[in-house]
Amino acid sequence: MSSTSHAAPAALRPPQAVGEAGFLSRWRVPLSIAVLCVLPWVLPSQALAVNVLIYGLFAVGYNLLFGYTGLLSFGHAAFFGGGAYITGMAIAHFGLGWFPAMLVGVAGSSVLAAVIGALSIRTRGIYFCMVTLALSQLVYYTALQASNWTGGENGLRGFTVAKADVLGFTVNLLDPMQKYYFLMVFAALALWFVSRVLNSPFGAAIEAVRENETRARACGYDVERTKLLSFILSGALCGVAGTMSAIHLSIVPLDALHYHTSSIVVMMTMLGGAGSFFGPFVGALVFLLIEDVASLWTSHWQLIVGVVFILFVLFLPKGIWGTLIAWRNRP
Amino acid sequence: MDLELFLMQLFSGLALGAILVMVALGLTIIFGMLGIVNFAHGALFMVGAYAGLWVASLTGSFWWALLIAPIAVGAFGMLVERVLIRPLYKRTPDDPLLLTFGLGYVLVEAVRITFGTDGIPFSAPESLQGVVDLGIGYFPLYRLFVLGVVAVILVLLWVALEKTRFGLVVRAGARDPLIMRVLGVDVSRLWLLVFGLGVGLTALGGVLAAPMRNVSPEMGTLVLAEAFVVTVIGGMGSLLGAVVAGLLVGVAVSMTALFAPEMATIVMFGLMALILLVRPQGLFGRPGVGA
Repeated sequence: MSSTSHAAPAALRPPQAVGEAGFLSRWRVPLSIAVLCVLPWVLPSQALAVNVLIYGLFAVGYNLLFGYTGLLSFGHAAFFGGGAYITGMAIAHFGLGWFPAMLVGVAGSSVLAAVIGALSIRTRGIYFCMVTLALSQLVYYTALQASNWTGGENGLRGFTVAKADVLGFTVNLLDPMQKYYFLMVFAALALWFVSRVLNSPFGAAIEAVRENETRARACGYDVERTKLLSFILSGALCGVAGTMSAIHLSIVPLDALHYHTSSIVVMMTMLGGAGSFFGPFVGALVFLLIEDVASLWTSHWQLIVGVVFILFVLFLPKGIWGTLIAWRNRP
Repeated sequence: MDLELFLMQLFSGLALGAILVMVALGLTIIFGMLGIVNFAHGALFMVGAYAGLWVASLTGSFWWALLIAPIAVGAFGMLVERVLIRPLYKRTPDDPLLLTFGLGYVLVEAVRITFGTDGIPFSAPESLQGVVDLGIGYFPLYRLFVLGVVAVILVLLWVALEKTRFGLVVRAGARDPLIMRVLGVDVSRLWLLVFGLGVGLTALGGVLAAPMRNVSPEMGTLVLAEAFVVTVIGGMGSLLGAVVAGLLVGVAVSMTALFAPEMATIVMFGLMALILLVRPQGLFGRPGVGA
């Protein structure tokens, strides 16, 4: 199964894309679920664990596009925030239950991704970053203006999900531990889905597009359709993370759509290692740990994160996990 | 529709657009030569505004701020090019982009630490306040001044790029840096100057914009997105495109503000989406450059 996603010879890979091989690749889904299970017990706080879960999945979804397809987007806040807003609005304005609301949220962010994706894949390279950024700003300002629906600057409130009935069990979402494991189920399903996508022929096709677009085209792949599909899948996964954050916080801050949110996910993915399965989660964990620790003694923790990020771009472009993997995969 | 109000709005749109032209030109010049998108461009615009504020408070003169701040920020840009960006030229184009993006993040936070998180009002000098009668209506003098400064800069830039040896080398270097190196031109020194020039232009935009907008650490984010919109509409790497699209976007925004205020921030993105659908390479872009 690792043969599909790691078929490309090592020499063809761009330096920052390093995938797992062997044991780590074969057992990646059970391994990541096992790690997620113990996360709330080893991290300093449960709030941090929930954030790692949500932002980790956000980064995994982003990584599908950036790490595996090679498209650098600066607008993924649109899908994260879009999923959160649509779920929140479905509950607050239409009285939907938590589960249909989450489905609507994911569907909505996929549609949003289809529209933004269709426009931005018309451009290539550096242009693509600029267009995704600009279009996500459009979503941000639309949400800001449509304050009757979104609550404008105050964010969306009034849709607290206190408990969820799942297969006859009642989960009390006001209890942090129960909420963590409740949300973890969605993250686990999403991870399993990503793993399946990466192992499918489509997973090989997106890596082919990343390695050499012209050659992929010459091989008969419809490059535009592959990119668009990857964009939509990536947007949908970020939408799942967004709906999880809406359920978790019971509010959607306008910041969820802000450029800052797009920036965070780029940094997390880079810090961990783009193009690897575990990298984004490692990046989210490190980023949030820096925030957690540094914000204890300074309100300007972003300065530290920014400097760390610059140092990584300069000296460790494969990220933490990517460097470890490259070291393990060395001939 | 009141004609005078219409002209007023058209005019303030042009002034708004003139600022965007400065920012987008800097972005385009750097991209055209070095092939990298400077994601710290918005943050450097903001740093330019703060540098202007600082120089003005030290010297008590707006004119010194207008002169010194862009040069100082441009020099800082050169330092950035030499120390941070230069090691990345051999890597993929994404790496310098990510680096400047991280730099923008750091700059915003550094300014927050130095000057505080609140916005600071910055007023135009006495001699530029008030309105002036142009025969068809009264126009704010400061906006007229902004348009004048930008026009002068554009002429200077045009002369420098088209009529001097420096411009010849820059244009040749943008086309084929390797051949330039073979011919014995120090391309890396050229890149240093071009990066400094691009950063200086956006910093000048920042100083000029300061009296028209509230100076705050976050002012760069919107400007960055706006500059990207202008670059996409005008065509990547086209200087003429940056000028025309900058003015176009400025006018479009201020006209929408007149008729449908709630749409004002959205309209330029709609304009960009339209251009992407109809002419992905931008108004003045050549097909094959980025699209």
